[in-house]
Amino acid sequence: MSPSTRTRSNQQIPFWRDERILNAAAQTVSAVVILTLLYLGIANFLEISQQRGMPLTYGFLDDPAGFPITESYIPYDPTMSFGRAFMVGLVNTLVVSVVGIILSTPLGLFVGLARLSSNWLVNKIALAYIEFHRNIPLLVLLFLWYFGVFTRLPGAKESLTLPGPIYVNQRGLYLTWPRLTETGGIFLASVIIGVLLAILAWIVLRRIRETQGRETYFGRVSLAILILFPLIGWFVSGGEPLQLDEPALQGFNFRGGLRMSPEFSALLIGLTTYTAAFIAEVFRAGILAVRKGQVEAARALGLKNNHVLSLIVIPQALRVVIPPLISQYLNLTKNSSLALIIGYQELFAIGKVTINQAGRAVPVFLMVMATYLLLSLLTSVLLNIYNKRVQFVER
Amino acid sequence: MSVTSETLAPPATLRPLAWLRKNLFSTWFNALLTIVSLVFLYFVLAGIVRWVFFTADWSPVTIAPLLFLVGQYPRDQLWRPALSLLMCVFLIGLSWAIWERYVKAFAIFLGVLLGVLALIPLETPTITLGVRAVFLACPLLISLAFWIGRRSAVKGQHVGTLWLLASILITLVLLPGIRSIPGLSAVATTAWGGLLVTLLLAIGGIVLSFPIGVLLALGRRSSLPVVKIFSILFIEVIRGVPLVTILFMFSIILALFLPAESRIDRLLRALIAMVVFSAAYTAENVRGGLQAIPEGQVEAAKALGLSNFHITAFIVLPQALRLVIPNIVGQFISLFKDTTLVVIVGINDLLGIGNAVLNLRPEFVRLQMEVYLFIAIIFWIFSYFMSYASLELEKALGVGER
Repeated sequence: MSPSTRTRSNQQIPFWRDERILNAAAQTVSAVVILTLLYLGIANFLEISQQRGMPLTYGFLDDPAGFPITESYIPYDPTMSFGRAFMVGLVNTLVVSVVGIILSTPLGLFVGLARLSSNWLVNKIALAYIEFHRNIPLLVLLFLWYFGVFTRLPGAKESLTLPGPIYVNQRGLYLTWPRLTETGGIFLASVIIGVLLAILAWIVLRRIRETQGRETYFGRVSLAILILFPLIGWFVSGGEPLQLDEPALQGFNFRGGLRMSPEFSALLIGLTTYTAAFIAEVFRAGILAVRKGQVEAARALGLKNNHVLSLIVIPQALRVVIPPLISQYLNLTKNSSLALIIGYQELFAIGKVTINQAGRAVPVFLMVMATYLLLSLLTSVLLNIYNKRVQFVER
Repeated sequence: MSVTSETLAPPATLRPLAWLRKNLFSTWFNALLTIVSLVFLYFVLAGIVRWVFFTADWSPVTIAPLLFLVGQYPRDQLWRPALSLLMCVFLIGLSWAIWERYVKAFAIFLGVLLGVLALIPLETPTITLGVRAVFLACPLLISLAFWIGRRSAVKGQHVGTLWLLASILITLVLLPGIRSIPGLSAVATTAWGGLLVTLLLAIGGIVLSFPIGVLLALGRRSSLPVVKIFSILFIEVIRGVPLVTILFMFSIILALFLPAESRIDRLLRALIAMVVFSAAYTAENVRGGLQAIPEGQVEAAKALGLSNFHITAFIVLPQALRLVIPNIVGQFISLFKDTTLVVIVGINDLLGIGNAVLNLRPEFVRLQMEVYLFIAIIFWIFSYFMSYASLELEKALGVGER
């Protein structure tokens, strides 16, 4: 292109149709609009908080909280600080989320497999389960479990007994639970060492096989370590490192065992059954995504059935399953914030109480939102790392 | 090859016995599963039937049906929601004629349900003859509209326009809670409640969040860094926190950020929160569709001399949206279910009315199961028909068969 034509084309384009100028103008306008709105909002907020004497500082976190928390996994009493109360809420959220995730995954897998069953009846029962849970609001489900079931349970004397034994009454769920005895520490240590060593052996031996082509029996070796170490620990600790702690009725209440409050139980059951319905669909989609030809091709290559499953079907299904599965886990964690309405004191509920007690709406609120955001971001970072590893390098 | 023969075999030719053997008793394991499920089903169904018809006390639901429908809406102004209902029902009838595949099931169900509701003998003074007449008119109106809609002169565009007009009319004239209109007294939104509020929040949220979501999705893919960063921040922050926190923010915290004189209505604040929340999720769904459009489409459009606006509006967006309709409908269903969270900020939606009814009389204290189950069924019905329509749409568009 000669200089003369370039100048001519420059002359032909008026500035209001020049893409570069238009872009810059759009940028400036949008930046000005967004920044002005932000500025107005923040200026307004600062002015109002000045008037009411509620500056945006976090010094109040060290003040005594002064409100009781019924359920706490870390030591807490009302004389402790707001910051401590906040931590209690965070731990409560994490506990219910982690237990919910651990329970809802196998339940979801089970329902998802039932949904794929060739048995018409099993298939339809699974469908009914999924459709019921997917089409009603979680909040209504939580109300059904908490107000409809748990507050209507009989008192401690007439508690229902489920196999286990598990006792269910108005005060909650009482589970028989193994507890460590005095020598239990040795056993626990041996279990942890066994698991770590098994993972290490798996990684090292597998790499040796992959790089040197030698059969190292990594699966069997890891399994042997996994069984052997706890066994040794069991005998070293004198044969009785664990004791079944069975709840027993004493007076008007149960003692011993593991107690779950009605609020926690209702929330856990509601979250688990609700999320399991979504997870079931995730698993179903993942299994259906592996084409039949893949299995047939693997068989034609002479792979054994367990190898077809472990080398062909599961890796491909996981690739489809993992991302939506993680987002369901995240949903479960975020949904646990609904607990405040049935009285389980997790992060959001405690944030709300703190706002009332400390009278500092915005700082507390920012903290709550930032915590949830952090949880989400951490999960999505992990998800992305995993995703990069399992996705095809080239499609 | 067994796949083809299976797909070719018409299932209708299987006789009952053969069907039983194939689907329930093909192997001993299958037979065992069938028997176990039958026993399970028997106990569950027997328990449910016994409870529903003998143990349960449905009086909290039957004592105040109008509360569940419209909340505390002034009883002398009831003609306004009634007229809105009739308008909607008429348009549903028209839609049935035009988009038979998606709306038929819902239209028939709604007509039958309202007709039955009109005739149920209830001894509550709130259900006057007028209310019954309105309900009874609904099935008639649906059939009339269906009959009109079958005329070839009525096109989908007309019905769409009518829906738009009706929604403007309903929100501005019939249900003015925000602004008083001469001749029509304002009804404060604090009096609104029940299904009316739930549906308003859901439909309002869906209609308003969709364009914002599309804009955010386009913004996230924009070449302008300011717009892009703002869109990403907005979407990720909103998606990272629970809806409760957003509702709470708009209901309580936002008041701190705005000047004292600009007070926004409580219901409107909740609606804004729903819209903001839903828009972020819609944006991510739409972005998925945008990413699926090959670059060649844009290049071809550029080669034809289309402007950026035209490329987006007529080439990229129509294809992208078509791809993600099922996801967006799924998002709308969850928005509809999420409207229940407004009880947390003190709005009497369907669930809030349920709570209020339980406090009406001391003997209702132990009847939560009945009330919440009733509410669950209402939500279930609406969500089910939405996902049904979405499935049909998916089939019609062939999205699943790629």
